[in-house]
Amino acid sequence: MAMQFYASPEQIMRDRSEYARKGIARGRSAVALTYEGGVLFVAENLTSLRKVSEIYDRIGFAAVGRYNEFENLRRAGVRMADLNGYSYDRRDVTGRAIANAYAHALGAIFTEQMKAYEVEICVAEVGATPDSDELYRITYDGSVQDEPGSMAMGGQSEAISTVLKEAHSSDMSLADAVKLAVKALGSVGGEGGAARTIGADHLEVAVLDRRRKGRTFRRVTGAALTALLEPGSTATEPASDEESAAPAPPEDKPSSSAGSADLEGDAKD
Amino acid sequence: MAAGFDPSGRIPDFFTTPATSSFTQFLSVAAPEMLPGRRPLPPGYSAELASAHATTVVTIVADGGVVMAGDRRATAGNLIASRDIEKVHPADPYSLVGMAGTAGVGIELIRLFQVELEHYEKIEGVMLSLEGKANRLATMIRNNLGAALQGLAVVPIFGGFDLGASDPAKAGRIWSFDIAGGIYEETGYDGIGSGSLFAKAALKKRYRPGLSVDDAITLGIEALYDAADDDTATGGPDLTRKIYPVVMTATAEGTRRLTDEETATIAESVVARRMENIGG
Repeated sequence: MAMQFYASPEQIMRDRSEYARKGIARGRSAVALTYEGGVLFVAENLTSLRKVSEIYDRIGFAAVGRYNEFENLRRAGVRMADLNGYSYDRRDVTGRAIANAYAHALGAIFTEQMKAYEVEICVAEVGATPDSDELYRITYDGSVQDEPGSMAMGGQSEAISTVLKEAHSSDMSLADAVKLAVKALGSVGGEGGAARTIGADHLEVAVLDRRRKGRTFRRVTGAALTALLEPGSTATEPASDEESAAPAPPEDKPSSSAGSADLEGDAKD
Repeated sequence: MAAGFDPSGRIPDFFTTPATSSFTQFLSVAAPEMLPGRRPLPPGYSAELASAHATTVVTIVADGGVVMAGDRRATAGNLIASRDIEKVHPADPYSLVGMAGTAGVGIELIRLFQVELEHYEKIEGVMLSLEGKANRLATMIRNNLGAALQGLAVVPIFGGFDLGASDPAKAGRIWSFDIAGGIYEETGYDGIGSGSLFAKAALKKRYRPGLSVDDAITLGIEALYDAADDDTATGGPDLTRKIYPVVMTATAEGTRRLTDEETATIAESVVARRMENIGG
C-alpha cells in the first residue's frame, strides 16, 4: 500500500527553488550592460544555439539555463511583440510589457507545475540616452527586477556581477564594454579560481544600437568581434559591412506600412 | 496584451506552441478576425461603391537588382480618392512589394506580409529565401479569393535581390500573381493595375536586358507616364503639387527609396522630353 506523506507548501516551494537554482548555476553565464552607444549582450556560448536574440525594434533578449525552455519563451515574446506591433503601432511595443508577460508566465509555471523552468531571462530595451535604457531580470519564479546599468545571469553570477559593477559606467565605448564583459565572464571558472581568457569563438555578442532607427539589434561576429577584443581598440560602433547600408533617420514613416522605420525611411543622400 | 483575463496570468498556449514560424498561421489561431479573407461579406458583388482602387505599378529587372515604381493615384469610381497613396513598399531589407486593386485590402496585405517576413527571420534566425517569400505572398493572396470574387480583389507584385544567386548581375528577380494565388516568375519586366496595359507596351519597346539600375528607374517613370497618358485611373507626375511616383530599388546594398528630390529631377526631365516628342 502506498504511503501518503505530507509536505508543507513552504517545503515544496523551497525544493522547487533549489532545483531551479542548481540548474541555472550549472550553465555558462551571460551579461548585459549599457554603454554609450546602446545595450551590449555577451554570452559565453560554445554552440551555435543562440542565447541572445532580437525581440523587436529596440528590445533584445538574453537567457541562461535550459535551452528548450527559454527558446519557447523567446518565441512567445516575439509573437507577442509582433502581434502588438501589428495591431497597434510599432512604437506601442515596450520592453516592460514583454518583461511583465514573462514574469506572469514563469510565475504561473513555478506555482502550478511539477517542475519549475530552469531559466533566467534578461529583457533589455534601448532608449535615447543611457539613462533611459531598461534592463529587466526575470527569474524562474516569476519575480522581475529592474537592473540599472548592468546585470549577470547564470553560473557564478554574483562574482561576475561584482566585477561588472566595479568598472561599469554608462558612457564607456563599445570596445571597453566588450572587454569588461569578457573580463567579468572570465573572472570565474579558471583553475583554482584564477581568471580565464575566453576566445572570440566562445562568445556570442550582440548590441542594441542606440543610434539606429527601426530594428536596432545587431550581432557582432567574426572580424568585427576580434577587432573589439584587441587590446587598445577604441571602436565605438560594430565595424560590420552592414554599417554602410545604415539608413538615414526617416522622416515620417508612411502610416500604411508595418515595416520598421529603417526600411521605410527615405534613403540617405 | 492578448493574454486576456486569465487569472493565472499564464501566457495562452498558442503563444508557446512551438509549431509554426509563420505570423499568419499564428494569427489564424490567436486572432483570426485580423486576417483578411476571414471576414464575412454580404452576398453579391458590392465592393465597387465603397472602396478606393489603387492602380499602376511597374517593376523592372536591372543589372544587379530590381526597380519598382508606382503612381500615386487611387480612384473611387470616376473620382480621385487619393493623390498621394503609396503602393510600393519594402517587404524586408532585400525585397519590394507593390499592389493594385482594392486599396484597403492591399495595404493590409502588405502590412501583414512585412510582419510575416520579419517574424520568420526573428523566430528562425535566418531570412526566408527569395522564392520562399514569393510563395508565402501567393498563399496570402489565395486566402483572399472569396473576397476577391466579391469585388475586393487585390493583386501584388513582388521583386527582390536574391542573396543566394551565384551571379550577382542576375540576382534581381520578379514575380507576378493572379487573384487565385497563381505565381509566375517574370523575366525582364512586368506591371499590374489598370494602366499596366500601356505601361507594359511602353516597356516592351524600351526594355533591354542588362539595363543599369539608373536607366531602369528612368524607364519605369517613363512607363508610368505612358500609362497615365492613356488611363484615367493612373496619375502622372504632379508638377504643381510636387507629387511624384514612388520609386524603390533592391540591390546588394538592400532596399532604398529614392528621395523626392531624386524622383522630381527624373520626372521633370521625362516631362520635358515629352514636350518635344509626345510619344517619347
